[in-house]
Amino acid sequence: MTPAIALVDVHKAFGATPIIRGVNLEIEPGTRQALIGPNGAGKSTLFNLMTGKYPVSSGRIRLKGEDVTGRRPYEINRRGLSRSFQVTNIFPWLSVFENVRCGVLWSLGYRYSFWHRVDNARDVQARTEAVLEQLNLAGRRHVPAGVLSYAEQRALEIGITIAGGADVILLDEPTSGMSRSETEHVVQLIREVTAGKTLLMVEHDMGVVFDLADRIAVLVYGEVIAHDTPERIRASAAVQEAYLGVPQPAA
Amino acid sequence: MLQIAFFSVLNGLVYGMLLFMLSSGLTLIFGMMGVLNFAHAGFYMLGAYFAYTMGLYLGFWPALVLAPLLVGLAGALVERCGLRRVHRFGHVAELIFTFGVALVIEEAVALLWGRPAKTYEVPTLLDFPLFRVFGSSFPAYKAFMLLVAVAIFLFIFAILTRTRAGLIIQASLTHPGMVAMLGHNVPRVFMVVFGIGSALAGLAGVIAGPVLGTFPGMAQVLGSIVFVVVVIGGLGSLTGAFVASLLIGIVQTFAVALDVSVGNVLMAAGVPSAASAALHDVWKVTIAQVAPIMPFLLLIVVLMVRPTGLFGTRES
Amino acid sequence: MSAPATARPLAVGRVAGAGRLRAYAPWIAAALVLAALPHVIRTPVAVPVMNQMGIAIVFALSYNMLLGQGGMLSFGHAVYFGLGGFIAAHALNLAGRGGLYLPVPLVPLVGGLGGLLCAVVFGSFSTTRAGTVFAMISLGVGELMAASSLIFDRFFGGEEGITTNRAKAPLLFGLSFTRDREVYYLIAFWVLVAAAAMYAFSRTPIGRMANAVRDNPERAEFVGYSQRWVRYVSFCAAGLFAGIGGGLFAINYEILTAENMGLTASGAVLLMTYIGGIGSFVGPVLGAVVFTFLQSMLSDYTGIWLLYLGVLFLATVLFVPAGLAGLLMLHAPAWRARRLAGLIGPYLVAAAVALVAAAGIVGLLEMVHFVASAETTRATKRLFGISVAPRTLTPWLGFAALAVAGALGLRWAGPRAAAAFAEASRPDGRR
Repeated sequence: MTPAIALVDVHKAFGATPIIRGVNLEIEPGTRQALIGPNGAGKSTLFNLMTGKYPVSSGRIRLKGEDVTGRRPYEINRRGLSRSFQVTNIFPWLSVFENVRCGVLWSLGYRYSFWHRVDNARDVQARTEAVLEQLNLAGRRHVPAGVLSYAEQRALEIGITIAGGADVILLDEPTSGMSRSETEHVVQLIREVTAGKTLLMVEHDMGVVFDLADRIAVLVYGEVIAHDTPERIRASAAVQEAYLGVPQPAA
Repeated sequence: MLQIAFFSVLNGLVYGMLLFMLSSGLTLIFGMMGVLNFAHAGFYMLGAYFAYTMGLYLGFWPALVLAPLLVGLAGALVERCGLRRVHRFGHVAELIFTFGVALVIEEAVALLWGRPAKTYEVPTLLDFPLFRVFGSSFPAYKAFMLLVAVAIFLFIFAILTRTRAGLIIQASLTHPGMVAMLGHNVPRVFMVVFGIGSALAGLAGVIAGPVLGTFPGMAQVLGSIVFVVVVIGGLGSLTGAFVASLLIGIVQTFAVALDVSVGNVLMAAGVPSAASAALHDVWKVTIAQVAPIMPFLLLIVVLMVRPTGLFGTRES
Repeated sequence: MSAPATARPLAVGRVAGAGRLRAYAPWIAAALVLAALPHVIRTPVAVPVMNQMGIAIVFALSYNMLLGQGGMLSFGHAVYFGLGGFIAAHALNLAGRGGLYLPVPLVPLVGGLGGLLCAVVFGSFSTTRAGTVFAMISLGVGELMAASSLIFDRFFGGEEGITTNRAKAPLLFGLSFTRDREVYYLIAFWVLVAAAAMYAFSRTPIGRMANAVRDNPERAEFVGYSQRWVRYVSFCAAGLFAGIGGGLFAINYEILTAENMGLTASGAVLLMTYIGGIGSFVGPVLGAVVFTFLQSMLSDYTGIWLLYLGVLFLATVLFVPAGLAGLLMLHAPAWRARRLAGLIGPYLVAAAVALVAAAGIVGLLEMVHFVASAETTRATKRLFGISVAPRTLTPWLGFAALAVAGALGLRWAGPRAAAAFAEASRPDGRR
């Protein structure tokens, strides 16, 4: 089966500093996977490479079998890959409704049209409403996104990401900065919106990781040292050493 | 021909160094604060007018020192009371603000001194030909302009690279946040740099006023060229400003001196003459006529090909 | 990501269907007002000034497609206005010679196409970057065109410019446009059409994404939109409507010069759009009306009207970045809560005091202008209807006293007005 995402010997250096030192990774379609690793391992950089924000120094990136190395973010997005950001990256002065709608427009084929009126476009309205319902933000639809609470903004962040119906979703630390109950809500949301899709998320909250992920990839110093089921990752001596410095006795 | 070449180079050097005096302050201000100061040429104009008025009562030489100081103070005031407020609205707002300041400066100058040009004259001490070559003379005042500009360049260079203050300024150029964390009063540094940049512009005005004319439109005339220099050289790069100033100064001076038409050039290159009416306008255009456009053509080309300019590292 | 220069309006999702009549009501009302205006205001100078306002409205609205909607600050928008005007003038001349069937009402269309063509050409390299680089390129293009005008004097007519004659054009439905009032109705028609079109544009996918690219260009790319293309399409649309304005200018004034393309004109549209308020659709309309009014009225009374406009502009940038429209919209909560009446008193007091201060400052500036201009050897000048002798000390003391008194009064009246505003805008349910 063609992997949803395939990274082939990807290297990335900023100036003289290598950050990603040869990553080979394949994400099977329809799975939920997590990318974990100590701080500075290069997880966000990997996301940025996969989504076209940074060019690779060498190596290839394939999305659903197609080589997208060096493509611009919008080209990659149009091919079905959508990402969220660790630092909330919404449109703060547009309303919640408009924010989600932005995520919807291209996927419904409207492109750069100046001959359609968005207010009359029923498919746009319907899809945006549906996403707002899922996010539980329908009651806040006219509020400028910048005044939402932090948790609401994170939910909106995810909403914009999935609104276009992309089948490969990348979430960058979706629960960072959240309380226990907020995290639970977001996990439930993620479960709902990624049903039947491919999910790769960067996460530090191990509870979330073990709750959601089918497989876990561990990134340390720009290399993937393990890519396996949660149980085996938990037991892996190499992973324990990377996180804790010394291998732990089996629990 | 040799006469044209020789004097074009000399005059081009003088004009180029003048442009550098203006663009150095502008590029420093941009490099540090990220704001392209539309009013920079306005401070240049203020320098000329202050020096003119002071010169009437105190003479040229005291005015040479006092006028730039006054302009620097005005600049610091603009930064403190205006720019600092607008800073949090973003770069576009800052640009709009400095545009407004430029407008108000120009109108205020017209208000206080009137619209006709002022007879701001070269001081008698320097009003003699320095040397005669190829049948034309080179005025001593222009040599003086060159001297002052070079001295300023060395002065800035020395301060930036050899003093502690210069080190802080250089650091604030790329990492203002970190410099603030280290305990330096970054807003005060900004104000000082803005003031010094404005004072430099004012000094350029004091010196250039007698040669380029002292009238309320003088800011607009040079303003665009200075922007072009700064952008081509690279926003924030002093070396870039230096190279671009000389480049544009010499090229423009040469172009004005050459009374050759596009048609002549093309014919000399072996292209057959097309006497059709449609091309007529372009054909008979002389290089001298094209001279005013060349900096802007260069600006557009550079911005398309290399938006960071020749030596710059930042776009905005 | 830097903050925007203004406050953003609440973006409200519009309801289709039942609200349709309510949606069209403002436009119908505007059409009625425009039709009635020349009958209501009958002074001889009214119609020419209103024509000027109409042209400015179209120009300012087109500029706001760039600045307010797209976040693109342009110092060279007058290029498309001017070039549209020149092309329209040449087309009208051709029609007058019988070489083209172009009746006067269709001339703005030609101007629009001209503006569009130029925007397509110049926009291809202008819109690759946003922000400061875009502003600089626009400045470069503007200066380039202004300087080129002296070279291509066949097209630009050299220093005298290009003249045209709307009386020579072929007629459409027998309608002639020789008189100012007839031109007024033509301009009013085109203002409505252009404004409606620009409003409709803002409600299209590209119009909505222009807002998104303005606010967060990076995020827009990650939802599938190339920020560069969004800016380019906006730019071309703005050029189209600027060209329509240029065509109207050609019809109204029957002359185009290089100045209509230059930095002065580009600066003027920036000023009027910003003063009006770039955060809403009506802001530029307001700004165009106020600016044109001040420009035409003030220049009769004072030689330093541009200084006043510049100071007004600076004050707007520093203290009221949302512009006049933004200032009005700030009162929306008070309007909804029907508590505007409580504001009248404090506002009137503050306005009166501010007027006193302004009178003092204006008096001082006018006297400076009088003394410094040395254009006249007269001893007295008429200021606010009274004769003053600026070369004596008394009027100076008098106006200075006014300014100081007004400023002190403002220190008392200002906070009271602000407090009244806060009280009126307080959300219901809490006392």
